[in-house]
Amino acid sequence: MTVTENAAPDLVNNDEHPLGHGRMLRKEDPRFIRGLGKYCDDVQLRGMLHLAILRSPMAHARIVNIDTSAAEAHPKVKAVVTGAALADKGLAWMPTLSNDVQAVLATDKVRFQGQEVAFVVAEDRYAARDALELIDVDYEPLEAVADVRTALAPDAPVIRDDLEGKENNHCFDWETGDAAATQAVFDRADVVVKQEMVYPRVHPAPMETCGCVADFDRVDGGLTLWSTSQAPHAHRTLYALVAGLPEHKIRVISPDIGGGFGNKVPIYPGYVCSIVGSMLTGKPVKWMEDRSENLISTGFARDYVMQGEIAATKDGKILAIRTDVLADHGAFNGTAAPVKYPAGFFGVFTGSYDLEAAYCHMTAVYTNKAPGGVAYACSFRITEAVYLVERLVDCLAYELDVDPADLRLNNFIKPEQFPYATKTGWVYDSGNYEPAMRQSMELVGYADLRREQADKRTRGELMGIGCSFFTEAVGAGPRKDMDILGLGMADGCELRVHPTGKAVVRLSVQSQGQGHETTFAQIVAEEIGIPPGDIEVVHGDTDNTPFGLGTYGSRSTPVSGAAAALVARKVRDKAKIIASGMLEVSVADLDWDKGSFRVKGDPTSSVTIQDIAMRAHGAGDLPEGLEGGLEAQICYNPSNLTYPFGAYICVVDIDPGTGAVKVRRFVAVDDCGTRINPMIIEGQVHGGLTDGVGMALMEMISFDPDGNCLSSSFMDYLIPTALEVPHWETGFTVTPSPHHPIGAKGVGESATVGSPPAVVNAVIDALRPYGVRHADMPLTPSRVWEAMQGTLKPSF
Amino acid sequence: MTTTKQTVTMTVDGAQYSDDVEPRLLLVQYLRERLGKTGTTVGCDTTNCGACTVLLDGESVKSCTMFAVQADGHEVVTVEGLAQNGELHPVQQAFHEHAALQCGYCTSGMIMQSVSLLNENPHPSQEEIRSGLEGNLCRCTGYQSIVEAVSAAAGEGDTQ
Repeated sequence: MTVTENAAPDLVNNDEHPLGHGRMLRKEDPRFIRGLGKYCDDVQLRGMLHLAILRSPMAHARIVNIDTSAAEAHPKVKAVVTGAALADKGLAWMPTLSNDVQAVLATDKVRFQGQEVAFVVAEDRYAARDALELIDVDYEPLEAVADVRTALAPDAPVIRDDLEGKENNHCFDWETGDAAATQAVFDRADVVVKQEMVYPRVHPAPMETCGCVADFDRVDGGLTLWSTSQAPHAHRTLYALVAGLPEHKIRVISPDIGGGFGNKVPIYPGYVCSIVGSMLTGKPVKWMEDRSENLISTGFARDYVMQGEIAATKDGKILAIRTDVLADHGAFNGTAAPVKYPAGFFGVFTGSYDLEAAYCHMTAVYTNKAPGGVAYACSFRITEAVYLVERLVDCLAYELDVDPADLRLNNFIKPEQFPYATKTGWVYDSGNYEPAMRQSMELVGYADLRREQADKRTRGELMGIGCSFFTEAVGAGPRKDMDILGLGMADGCELRVHPTGKAVVRLSVQSQGQGHETTFAQIVAEEIGIPPGDIEVVHGDTDNTPFGLGTYGSRSTPVSGAAAALVARKVRDKAKIIASGMLEVSVADLDWDKGSFRVKGDPTSSVTIQDIAMRAHGAGDLPEGLEGGLEAQICYNPSNLTYPFGAYICVVDIDPGTGAVKVRRFVAVDDCGTRINPMIIEGQVHGGLTDGVGMALMEMISFDPDGNCLSSSFMDYLIPTALEVPHWETGFTVTPSPHHPIGAKGVGESATVGSPPAVVNAVIDALRPYGVRHADMPLTPSRVWEAMQGTLKPSF
Repeated sequence: MTTTKQTVTMTVDGAQYSDDVEPRLLLVQYLRERLGKTGTTVGCDTTNCGACTVLLDGESVKSCTMFAVQADGHEVVTVEGLAQNGELHPVQQAFHEHAALQCGYCTSGMIMQSVSLLNENPHPSQEEIRSGLEGNLCRCTGYQSIVEAVSAAAGEGDTQ
């Protein structure tokens, strides 16, 4: 650990001193290591039926006829439902998270391969699949729009003819920054570098696919839905709006979730079909998609074609960045983003640099592909923003022939400039970038590596070193600016202390492996002095948790974590009044000593939080006007996002004979402010770095010209195994968020956001002898080989 | 569509089961749906992910790529049968202590593959561990803590 001026204080080790922040083994593990977790597909209910979905084999086709008679005749089939049947109930279309609509089951035509066309409910999952084979659909093929670059051509077939008056495939236009001011800076710049770069379509591919069990009670009209949802409360409200069921009669339960990574934020047709299936049959209905369905039809990520431009002085002062983006949103705009942010937080593409001007114009289009866009730890499009700026900085370094690490160091926003307003309107809360960058360079041995590289180049060996320095923006968000379909992005928290001093804390956010059951107990423990082992964390059940918007965008710590700290302080404030009564002193005479109140100047006179809890619930007088019990609730509205940052350096070796890239080393220094549990942060970073290596080198959802998805299984959609990733090397600095109650920032997505450009920059750096300035991901051996031959084309 | 059922008899986690099953029933679904052993999970449909790994007569198999009838007469151990008398298997304990899991979905298969690996090679190097776990995908951990856990569990074996 390099010591920096803002280095971390010695952290509490919860193994030795179990009261709050620090390394603590996870409370979730005991059930998972025994195979006793409870995921959606583990739910078994009496009389439960199984649902399977018939999907379109074509990307674009009119539905002429659907014959379900043979399927209906199957002895184990209970229901067969088509789009026409749903249309009769007004359920054939549903709203998306971007105020567009999406077909639950296709009625008029299919718009992407894998789209939902009909569903079957049967006695078991085998019979349901059998029955799908018995449904006969007559399609009239239409020309598909598979190439995003041709989607707006005048003769392109119109995909969304369901939208009134729609005569093209335009989805929306969006801009940010000042076009004229940016043009003026570009006009006077010594150096301007332009580079087109594609961030290919990828997929979050959580190990557990999406699914649910819907249980509609015909007697009381109530619906219970176990589902793979990262946002159970938001989903409940949407179901109320879609299905017309009253909200108090809907209970959404997110049980253990086998990874989400943004894939489980949207509402998918399968969930709605299951609810309809349960209403029709009066039985619980389970739907679990298989991997190919997950890859072909659920929320993809990225798919941006970015024309990037960077302007600088000849001695390397970066002046401005400008970009024009073509965004592929698929057949329905299902982007999960705050309503006022159709391009998410892409506006932070100015990165970690102090610029004079910046501008972005974006056009989003419809294509014959699955909907999505915001997923896979993107923090609402910050993956794309960071990739753009960090590739552009390297392109500039190439042009100026300067070291890319030096170029970054010379252009960072300075610590004294925070809070820093970017030219696109974001106010970074805090940052101290240089120490993180220096630490990363020291850990990796940057100067020695450059010498090694120079030496290797003389022998024709290909070695590359790539930097990425990123600033994230997480913790959506202030309710005046940010909402999802009208629901403000605040989060609730309830804390109840039982008479014996044990506690339960209820969250509105939803873990999918991030360790909330452990870390939220630690946050509360730190504030109220009850050991984290005595604090039960409840989440994922809309009947038993306060309302809030769920877990994505690394928002749990910034928003719900703040709520947890503040609710604990609220309870502590009440405890202090009770303590003053018990000790017969005034509140002002009490000191808090993590777990007990002591009378100032009299260390022998004190009461513990456990004593106070018993008094709060028990016999004896309470101070005048105080209610019994010891609990509180809160709804936290953040004043700003948090802006964690990091310095990543990747070292690669490339086989000049095959183009195969080996990631030799990867150093990641992250700063997410106050660290609640370093062990868990470490694991989050390792996972995200693996995503980054996967995206940079292996992963892509690709299509042929007819719109056939070419990456719809793990045979073709490659994700890293233990062999493709190196031993990760990590470090950290601590620059707290000034506006957060415990100074903590989000971190879960930082590594996924920050690592792809480091890997790509390293590969391009290795290929420098071949005069390569850019190559699009994924940098597979064949694509690297083509780059070396000068024949590489964009990813699409 | 009518399929003749066959009788299978097998030992699972130390107990004997005998059932009439369709020949096409996958072992993983037999374990999950018939026996209620839902600790073994399904992560893909092409035999790549290894989430469904169990031990068949002591060797790891992907139970999504075996019919239940093929396990007739054999001994199956799932993650639920690893702990003995309430004592965690050293691999389970090491996964907890080294933070080798997050969402927990790959964990059962990963643990079973690790047990199999250590049975075959009690002192694997880091590279041998990575290679031995190549058939098991994880989306959360980035593998490093898993490698460390398996390494530690191997060390644990030394002291016994």
